[in-house]
Amino acid sequence: MTGSGPDRRTFLQGGAAVLGGAALALGGRAAWDASTSTGPAVDPARDATAVDATAVDATAAGSAVVPFTGDRQAGVGTPPPAFVSLVAFDLVAGVDRGALVRLMRIWTDDLGRLTAGRPGLGDTEPELAGVPASLTATVGFGPGVFTACDLEAARPPWLAPLPALAVDRLQDTWSGGDLVVQICADDELTVAHTMRVLARQARTFTTVRWVQRGFRRSAGTTAPGTTMRNLMGQVDGTRNLVPGTDDALIWHEAGADTPAWLVGGTSMVVRRIAMDLDTWDALDRSGREIAVGRRLSDGAPLTGTAEHDEPDLDAVNDLGFTVIDTVAHIRRARSDNPDERFLRRGYNFDDPPAPPALSNSGLLFVTFQRDVTAQFVPIARRLDELDLMNTWTTPIGSAVFAVPGGCQEGEYLGQRLLG
Amino acid sequence: MTTPTMTTPTMTTRTRTTVSPRPAHRLGAGLLGLGLALALAGCAGGTSTSDPAAVDRASGAPGASSGPPDEAAALSITDPWIKAADTGMTAAFGTVVNDSDVEVRIVSATTTASPRAELHEMATNDAGEMVMRPKEGGFTVAANGSHELAPGGDHVMIMGITTAVRPGDEVSVTLTAQDGSELTFTAPARTFEGGNETYEGDATSTPGAPGATPTPAAS
Repeated sequence: MTGSGPDRRTFLQGGAAVLGGAALALGGRAAWDASTSTGPAVDPARDATAVDATAVDATAAGSAVVPFTGDRQAGVGTPPPAFVSLVAFDLVAGVDRGALVRLMRIWTDDLGRLTAGRPGLGDTEPELAGVPASLTATVGFGPGVFTACDLEAARPPWLAPLPALAVDRLQDTWSGGDLVVQICADDELTVAHTMRVLARQARTFTTVRWVQRGFRRSAGTTAPGTTMRNLMGQVDGTRNLVPGTDDALIWHEAGADTPAWLVGGTSMVVRRIAMDLDTWDALDRSGREIAVGRRLSDGAPLTGTAEHDEPDLDAVNDLGFTVIDTVAHIRRARSDNPDERFLRRGYNFDDPPAPPALSNSGLLFVTFQRDVTAQFVPIARRLDELDLMNTWTTPIGSAVFAVPGGCQEGEYLGQRLLG
Repeated sequence: MTTPTMTTPTMTTRTRTTVSPRPAHRLGAGLLGLGLALALAGCAGGTSTSDPAAVDRASGAPGASSGPPDEAAALSITDPWIKAADTGMTAAFGTVVNDSDVEVRIVSATTTASPRAELHEMATNDAGEMVMRPKEGGFTVAANGSHELAPGGDHVMIMGITTAVRPGDEVSVTLTAQDGSELTFTAPARTFEGGNETYEGDATSTPGAPGATPTPAAS
């Protein structure tokens, strides 16, 4: 991988000082972590010395730090940790450019501290800040920021609601927003605390519009780099842009046509995709594999043997039918235009259902791309037209944000736009 | 992909804006036995201006330094902040650090937010209630030590706000040491719902009272 800043998989084993006694205090949790990572399982009740000896490994996931400052914001090119809270805010009436500058100063300061495992100023629960757990917080601006700040001329043309799609059943409660923060960490308490600090400090500037919480496999449970699985059991996200390799499709880079604030920036699409797991239950395994075009066991295309094998879309079976169905998801999701791709960084959601439903589950489909209109929309239209998976999945929320470039030490987020 | 790196993040940020010696009291070092001095110097109702001469006498300092006042030169503040408030009262916080080998006493404070700032403490009154009140003798920062100003503890009390302190604003605060030297720092304003302690003698004077909560927006 090239580039600098948060893009690198730079995990700093930070917070050693603040976490000094944490391993011992965690007790059983430390033992659990140890048993699921490289360290040997220990029983702290029987051998406190053993816990001490493995303390560093046992809390490695908790002490990992992803740098906050850099050319690009963290949380896009950095590996997705286990948990996310996507929080959208609406600006209250009267918030203008000057007010937004103050909010960005506050958030920048808070996030610089929290991502390093330190409490924010005036943090009323400072003890919750001591476990950074790869915390990242990625701030995005919705169209409303450009209106409120009288910066309409600076609003990128792709920063607007997605065009209406036939499959959409969008709900206001999961759509839009003037500001977004994508908070990711390998610990849910860290995510919750970070959200609380940011929302508390934003309370005179904003109201919370929606919160979407999601998860992947927990830290230390699968090999790093393992493609996530969604709640339908599918390996989800195999053919993805690779940060460091496909940067030109992810990031805005310096150039004549790039405003300074977008250099190192990107765009973020958040689609809440409901899964009808109850009807999915009725589908047998072969039906499920045909719908996607991949094997459930390992995500390999039905024409291949390994997850990352290139699907052979022309291969036919004994009956002369294509092995990968004409309306299979992976066939419909790919375009002949290699530029029509985006970075998927999704999470599962599994919220309490309203009776009589058994589940309220789905995917927080979060994507990053240089240009929403050029890269995301064509694929969304293809899938809207035809995709077997549309039988079981329904977009119920949608929002688009501009992610400004990262900030350096002493700068605040969005300074090159708002300053 | 790079391999993980080991490091320890910076734990705190220290601020030191300016130190401007002011030729008020020509007292140098030698503030030993200050605790005793404070006890002796206690003048009821005083805000933060107990007689420095008394301290000097009590400390037994043999001849104060003849140089310019520079006690505050050894001071810095870590993580300063101020509670946002449009009107009324508020308070400033942070950890004052003393890098010198002698104790430094802070005797007064000023701020751009209001003409009125005092050094306050939280204490139990005769009725057994926690109240805030001016701290006799000010804040003592131990040699090579620190003194925390925090909600619920010692703090710089700011009354009669004349310039609204909005969240994200930066407010200048100056602490004056006993010898008149000063530590000036910038305190960023933060939304804070706590710190609603009762002001001794006036149960209604709370810096976090609803009326003092900053109103939205408008910059």
